[in-house]
Amino acid sequence: MATAVLTTSSSVTRQQQYVRAFAGLFLRDLFVLRRELLPFVIRVCMNPLLFLFVFTVIMPHMGSAAMNPTASMAGANFSTILLPGLMAVAIMFSGIAAVALPLAQEFGVTREIDDRVMCPLPVAAVAVEKIVFSALQSMIAAAIVFPMAYYVPATPVVAHVSSWPFLLTVMVLSSLVSGALGLTIGTSVKPQQIGLIFGVVVMPITFLGCVYYPWSALTHMRWLQIGVLLNPIVYMSEGLRGALTTGLPHMNNALVLIMLCVFLVLLTSLGIRGFLRRVIG
Amino acid sequence: MIVQIEHLRKVYDGKPDVVAVDGIDLSVREGEIFGLLGPNGAGKTTTISICTTRALPSSGRVLIAGMDVVAHPAISRREIGVVPQYNTLDRACTIFENIHFHCLYFGFSRADATARTRELLEQFHLTERAGARPQQLSGGLAQRVQIARAIAHRPKVLFLDEPSAGLDPQSRIALWDAVRALRSQGITVVLTTHYMEEADELCERVAIIDHGKILVEDTPAALKASVGAGKIYELDLHDQKGRVSLPASLGVLDGITAVEQTDTGVRVFAQPVDGLLSEVVRTADPFGLRDLTITEPSLETVFIRLTGRELRE
Ligand SMILES: Nc1ncnc2c1ncn2[C@@H]1O[C@H](COP(=O)(O)OP(=O)(O)O)[C@@H](O)[C@H]1O
Ligand SMILES: [Mg+2]
Repeated sequence: MATAVLTTSSSVTRQQQYVRAFAGLFLRDLFVLRRELLPFVIRVCMNPLLFLFVFTVIMPHMGSAAMNPTASMAGANFSTILLPGLMAVAIMFSGIAAVALPLAQEFGVTREIDDRVMCPLPVAAVAVEKIVFSALQSMIAAAIVFPMAYYVPATPVVAHVSSWPFLLTVMVLSSLVSGALGLTIGTSVKPQQIGLIFGVVVMPITFLGCVYYPWSALTHMRWLQIGVLLNPIVYMSEGLRGALTTGLPHMNNALVLIMLCVFLVLLTSLGIRGFLRRVIG
Repeated sequence: MIVQIEHLRKVYDGKPDVVAVDGIDLSVREGEIFGLLGPNGAGKTTTISICTTRALPSSGRVLIAGMDVVAHPAISRREIGVVPQYNTLDRACTIFENIHFHCLYFGFSRADATARTRELLEQFHLTERAGARPQQLSGGLAQRVQIARAIAHRPKVLFLDEPSAGLDPQSRIALWDAVRALRSQGITVVLTTHYMEEADELCERVAIIDHGKILVEDTPAALKASVGAGKIYELDLHDQKGRVSLPASLGVLDGITAVEQTDTGVRVFAQPVDGLLSEVVRTADPFGLRDLTITEPSLETVFIRLTGRELRE
């Protein structure tokens, strides 16, 4: 009886110990992000801003339809298609920039990861903290991109939130998936290959992630339409279309949520496994 | 025993497999400074990594304050402080923040963390550099910050892996002082080194490790006494035949405990006997005695006697 009481009370303090260590790690990341907020915002803004400027401001001003390639692309709705797409890209890039790049550097050069791994909580939780913090950055990035993608285009953007709970669920899941993807990439490639990964993995999954076109538009390239279903970015952009631009064709909402969950479980377990392999000899 | 290592083995898979630690048994007493002395590749870092939950043993176990570190890594880390071979300070944070966040990881309240950080900065003479980034510090200072951070959560044992590697002599002495000061706080220190001076100066007990095995374990004084000689004469000979024939003629002299060949001559282990030195010189002269160095036994001597190799190669 006495032992039973003792065990429960010590397991409570153990949980407290884990929670505090996790909170400490999160606090440290938050602190560093706050101090480096400006570079963070610039990094988040640059890509979508340039993209929007070229494709939704310069090109529509080119006048004649022959000179304006985007006019024939999904008609005048191109900027509406881009809104959720660019948010998805921002979410995904944040995962790479917040987890994969720093991890590659920490494993390769700085070894800063060591003090985190020596925290009094299971090593897997250190990896989970990376995912969760990266997700926070993804959400901020998406929130920054939304007004840009709404106001910058010269052509009107038709967007409204059909269901807040669905939008939030898609955002949170997408952000976590991108953090888990970053963890998987950061732990599975050699630090000196991280640049190569950008070309070989990050760029293709972005361009083939239904970012610049809705998934349904691929219907005449059936093999591609089926093939891209293996790409988690597809569900991020299509999910955001389902939440923000319901006027345009988008994938079934329930399917999106299921697939995001599948990718979350898959990439998180791959990422944690890779992390453990890297830090425990 | 605060640290207890039992039949520890670590094999790294590969072609071929590497046996980095080959059946180590060690116990470290509470409050002592314990040294693992051995050349590069001896298995020191691997042993420390297993003790600090950073590597899994192939077999055997490690108990720290009675807790099995392999079975309960997250909890044992509260009792463990570690300073690895390389600088692992958080480059995005200042010195103050490095220690402060470390305290938060270990469950300190913000106020406690701030107080503890101030105290440590004071103790390690770092207060003036509190706002500096790790990149701005010299090797010696960075090493002191790492120690301060490692003990911030008041662990029972501090593991230092090659703490003075790459430090200039002055920083090394400052580091030794800092380590000695830990003892007065009741922290047990386990350090690895390939500098015999460091093991000799700093450690109360030393285990000599080579090829993953502990060869001997004792106080530095006892280890040096085990050589059984007060003086060591290194004779440098012109005539290489002397290397072969001289040991026999020297060995019969009264007061000489051992003679062995070296690359350039012979090494004579001698007891303090009057007139012995001139006797040795006279005997060696016909073989072209070029030079003579007289040393006292060091841990290096102990290592050479045990392995036939020099510690630093
Ligand atoms: N991660 C690893 N994978 C394979 N072999 C390793 C690894 N780490 C160390 N070794 C090998 O194990 C042996 C002991 O290494 P180590 O413990 O680093 O020695 P020390 O710290 O005494 O220099 C060496 O032969 C080294 O090459
Ligand atoms: Mg080493």
